[in-house]
Amino acid sequence: MARQLSLYIHIPYCTVRCGYCDFNTYTPKELGQEDGLEAITSNYLDSLLTEIDLVVKQVGKGLVVPTIFIGGGTPSLVSPKNYHKLFAKLKESFELNPDCEITMEANPDSLTKESLTGYLEVGINRLSIGAQSYSPHVLQTLNRTHHPENVKNSVQLARQVGFNHINVDLIYGTPGETLDDWKNTLTITAALDIDHISAYALIVEEGTKLAREINTGVVANPDDDLMADKYLFADSYLKNQGFEWYELSNWAKSDGQCKHNLAYWQSKSWWGLGPGAHSYFDHKRFSNLKNPLTYSAKVKNGELPIATQELQTDEMAQVEKIMLEIRLRSGLEISALPDPNLLGDLDKEFFLPKPMEDGRLVLSPTGRLMADSIVRKLSAPL
Amino acid sequence: MPAIKGGQAPQPLSTDQSIIRNFCIIAHIDHGKSTLADRMLQITEVVESRNMREQYLDRMDIERERGITIKSQAVRLPWKSGIDQKDYILNMIDTPGHVDFTYEVSRSLAACEGAILLVDCAQGIEAQTLANLYLALENNLTIIPVLNKIDLPAAQPDKFAQELANLIGCKPEECMRVSGKTGVGVEELLDQIVAQIPPPSGNASAAARALIFDSVYDTYRGVVTYVRVVDGQLKARDQIQMLSTGAKHEMLEVGVISPEPVVSKGIGAGEVGYIITGVKDVRQSRVGDTITTSIAGASTPLAGYKDPKPMVFSGLYPIDGAQYPLLREALDKLRLNDAALVYEPETSAALGFGFRCGFLGLLHMEIVRERLEREANLDLISTAPNVVYRVMKEDGKEITVTNPSEFPDGKVAEVFEPMVRATILAPSEFIGAIMELCQDRRGELKGMDYISEERVEIRYILPLSEIVFDFFDQLKSRTRGYASLDYEPIGEKPGELVKVDILLQGEKVDAFSAIIHKDKSYGYGVTMTEKLRKLIPRQQFEVPIQAAIGSRIIARENIRAMRKDVLAKCYGGDISRKRKLLEKQKEGKKRMKMVGRVEVPQEAFIAALTTDAELDAKKNN
Repeated sequence: MARQLSLYIHIPYCTVRCGYCDFNTYTPKELGQEDGLEAITSNYLDSLLTEIDLVVKQVGKGLVVPTIFIGGGTPSLVSPKNYHKLFAKLKESFELNPDCEITMEANPDSLTKESLTGYLEVGINRLSIGAQSYSPHVLQTLNRTHHPENVKNSVQLARQVGFNHINVDLIYGTPGETLDDWKNTLTITAALDIDHISAYALIVEEGTKLAREINTGVVANPDDDLMADKYLFADSYLKNQGFEWYELSNWAKSDGQCKHNLAYWQSKSWWGLGPGAHSYFDHKRFSNLKNPLTYSAKVKNGELPIATQELQTDEMAQVEKIMLEIRLRSGLEISALPDPNLLGDLDKEFFLPKPMEDGRLVLSPTGRLMADSIVRKLSAPL
Repeated sequence: MPAIKGGQAPQPLSTDQSIIRNFCIIAHIDHGKSTLADRMLQITEVVESRNMREQYLDRMDIERERGITIKSQAVRLPWKSGIDQKDYILNMIDTPGHVDFTYEVSRSLAACEGAILLVDCAQGIEAQTLANLYLALENNLTIIPVLNKIDLPAAQPDKFAQELANLIGCKPEECMRVSGKTGVGVEELLDQIVAQIPPPSGNASAAARALIFDSVYDTYRGVVTYVRVVDGQLKARDQIQMLSTGAKHEMLEVGVISPEPVVSKGIGAGEVGYIITGVKDVRQSRVGDTITTSIAGASTPLAGYKDPKPMVFSGLYPIDGAQYPLLREALDKLRLNDAALVYEPETSAALGFGFRCGFLGLLHMEIVRERLEREANLDLISTAPNVVYRVMKEDGKEITVTNPSEFPDGKVAEVFEPMVRATILAPSEFIGAIMELCQDRRGELKGMDYISEERVEIRYILPLSEIVFDFFDQLKSRTRGYASLDYEPIGEKPGELVKVDILLQGEKVDAFSAIIHKDKSYGYGVTMTEKLRKLIPRQQFEVPIQAAIGSRIIARENIRAMRKDVLAKCYGGDISRKRKLLEKQKEGKKRMKMVGRVEVPQEAFIAALTTDAELDAKKNN
């Protein structure tokens, strides 16, 4: 079988920055650029195309691509016309699998029937819509500007034009969010005609506006116990609604699992294109320059825009395997543990009783909530 | 000019007793003793102005910084009296200023014929000063009352002159008024020392007898011993003998301090100086002992020799277990200079390897700890201080307990605890607050006297254990810092004492065990369990915290199991970041102490063993 390489494509632009977000994304104002986003993204696309050439020079032509994920920032800021150019380049450089999963993240406010049709036509076949919550006060704390109603409309439109795979992203644990707020958000989301739900616990990242607000006491610190309750509720409720968990923060209907997401957790190869994008290839983990301007300059100079690189040792690979695969429904084979006796130190309730028999460890819902503790314990000898 | 110019002054060994005056300065911390001493060094010109620095005589950094004197010194000051124009030799013997060193103070006093009672005339006399004044009076010393800091705007010399007059039975106008800072009145004071303090009256032709009033270890010289010759004389190359042990030493060097060491042919009756014999440990040259010559020596020691006895014990543990050998080395080194410090290795299940150390008191403990941390660069945890208990078991056996873990688990017939007589001086408005505190600490009121219209002396009998636990901090905070305290041991008394253990998940944490009066055991249990609940992070399982007397649980708290410890997202494929975070967390775990299965952060031990007042003090620093 030909060598496989998943692709991640980063669109590092947003019209406004959300208060909790520490992703590598920029507003035109932050970059000090007067041009509108249309011009900026158009220029940026040229850099991306050049980077693809540089990557192909490195890895060779014709690698088979099983999945592509376009993330951001706000990828729906880029017009279908521009994506058309991008995909022409990708097809000329790689061999896209006939069933290649191609996901694009989208802001529910920016989708129209016309744009959705355009995206579908260029080859995008999966949408990931950032809803986060249906409670207006939660959206306000997160600085999300979209109207909750637009999530529903976007999903309907996407289904109408022919998208078969749709994910909705949710965040729980925002300060001020009650358990009932969260139940309401889940109820509305699960009722949508979608096949995938990602639900992430809010992480207060240093340097964000939200972190400052918490430090100064403007908003309360998220409560871990309440987060745990919300996670457990989500897991059992979504299961009842036909969404099975397959990764710690991801639930899908049958056939709805995100293959690209799984590639990360299963340590498959992927190349990240664009500023700040991370890659895993040939036992190396590396990442691109974060600033779009320095990134573009480097690419135009004919060099791969790599900023950091780490060669994965056997020991690192072993720790990462434990750390990543324990999060999956398929679990981690016990034989991958440096010392299986350490399992004796952990509460049996953290694991599903059945799969342990055929030599794999699979976390129970309470175990998933304690995954980092469990990984620390199990990887302690490494 | 009353200073005696170079080379003209009477020399050691040939100074007649009639022109010698030996005196000390009794003063409270901050009342300006060191500054007054500085001025005396300058006015008598034993230190040239260009070499002068502040607190000239305080050798250790720790003394200079904290403004307290740990070790005494003796400085020979030649002085031409402004009254009779004759030459005199004044020996100023500096005394340690704190309650823990009462015995050393008493030996310094025994080396003098007179004392300057130095009082800050903006603050008035303090309890320790009063205690030392009584000591001086017991030693029949001539007292010269002196009000210092008359240059201060807040000075109230008339008020405090009256107070001093009431105390020592003189007239207010007999109190001298000086400023150590500006030098006003210091020459007159030197003249009055000559005029009022009697000369020594030993027998210059008798067999030699010299009192050791201080003994200091010096890295280069070995032990330097400070002595006051009472009878006869000590000459270079004499062989000397310690009367308490009979041990003999060669005298390698003898001299006087002025204020740097000056070698002499010897020192005669009435004189004060130092000797070096080459011994390496101050225990071989103990304060209070009598030195004589081994040939034709004296056989009767001077009165008052005592072995220093540790009163307060605490466990000292390195935070980093690997520093244990360094701690041992540092203690061994410190011991050379501190005859009162005792220690032996001990092991704590919670804290690892360390030492159980015995101290004269709380300040002594603090100083030792600070010197260990500073001079040996160690990070230490000290367990809560406790006193020495004598436990009689029902089978008639007796145990001495210096560590709560030695307290017998079975039935005990009786427990004896050390008691002290405490003297507190404070403005009278605080009488209520002080009595409330002492009552709460199981105190027994022994008397109260007004030393002036606004200030009282309150006397209590208290268990020492009640004083070692944040009593002083409480006293200060309840009297807005105005009260001062002095105490002296007066034997032991049976008490209703129990051992309270703290259990984490059913396992005893030895570092938190305490011996406490029955009536207070419940309070201790509640406070400690509450404190620990806040300090110990949640674990993967529920952790009960209990306080128990024997098998009876008296207080209980619960640390709920941690329910969430997972980062939900993958940071856009930044797996390296996730792995590094994990490694950092693992490092953090390594610094935890394991108590059974419970991970307890180092800081929890420190915080739990520190009183709230200490914590506040640290925060304010």
